[in-house]
Amino acid sequence: MTARDERALEMDFAVARQDFAAAGEVASRVKQVLRQLGIASDLVRRAAVAAYEAEMNLVIHSSGGKIVLKVDSERIVVEARDIGPGIPDIELAMREGYSTASDEVREMGFGAGMGLPNMRRCSDAFTIDSSAGRGTTVAAAIYIAKPGS
Amino acid sequence: MKLEEIAKLIGADVIAGVDKLCTLDIDTACGADLMSDVLAFCHERTLLLTGLTSPQVVRSAEVAGLSGIVFVRGKRPGDGVIELANALGIPLLATDYPMFEACGMLYRAGIGGTYRLSRAEGRGC
Repeated sequence: MTARDERALEMDFAVARQDFAAAGEVASRVKQVLRQLGIASDLVRRAAVAAYEAEMNLVIHSSGGKIVLKVDSERIVVEARDIGPGIPDIELAMREGYSTASDEVREMGFGAGMGLPNMRRCSDAFTIDSSAGRGTTVAAAIYIAKPGS
Repeated sequence: MKLEEIAKLIGADVIAGVDKLCTLDIDTACGADLMSDVLAFCHERTLLLTGLTSPQVVRSAEVAGLSGIVFVRGKRPGDGVIELANALGIPLLATDYPMFEACGMLYRAGIGGTYRLSRAEGRGC
């Protein structure tokens, strides 16, 4: 993201742990902001899905955190940052079907071990930085224009 | 097929979005109880059939750009879910038919699935 990019935008949305009643509000807001920016609908959809999975992960697994939406002329970045507890085994967490979610979460239609894989599926670039006790940052980038083009 | 015809076909009550009955065209549907599958594999303007009635179903539909939701097997959502759907402009139907039969009736009437769209795009999301 370049400092000179006039379209550059960064917004933070707080997400509280275990707040299932509000879960999804941030993703709706992300979708609304991207639509208002005039971004193509397929890119908006991918970013909104990534934001929703990230938001659900924060609600279900974290001690609280935030979703950061960054947009410039080249890319949309949906970043989930939390304050813990961290992912002990990232490779295992990325495996489709692996989940530590509760039955309550499963009854809502989540917790089937698809959150992080879905975020990666929606992304052109995807990173996770985590360690136990320090917290996790997950970033999903969706390109508006291919880098270097 | 108009939403009104779909409601008649599967004997569904319309519990939100009556204003869209005659205007909303549906040609694709999917059946799922796992919202991560809905987010990953459903395409925009798809009608979702589900046995779940949580607010996350409506949120998933909004985020994924779905056309509407059919609750199967006699499930009825709570007032909060209906209010959320009305606020987001997502029509809700409810039928007593189980998932398999409701999906089968729609498929037989010409409503397609999402797999053909996923295959054409070469990706799920």
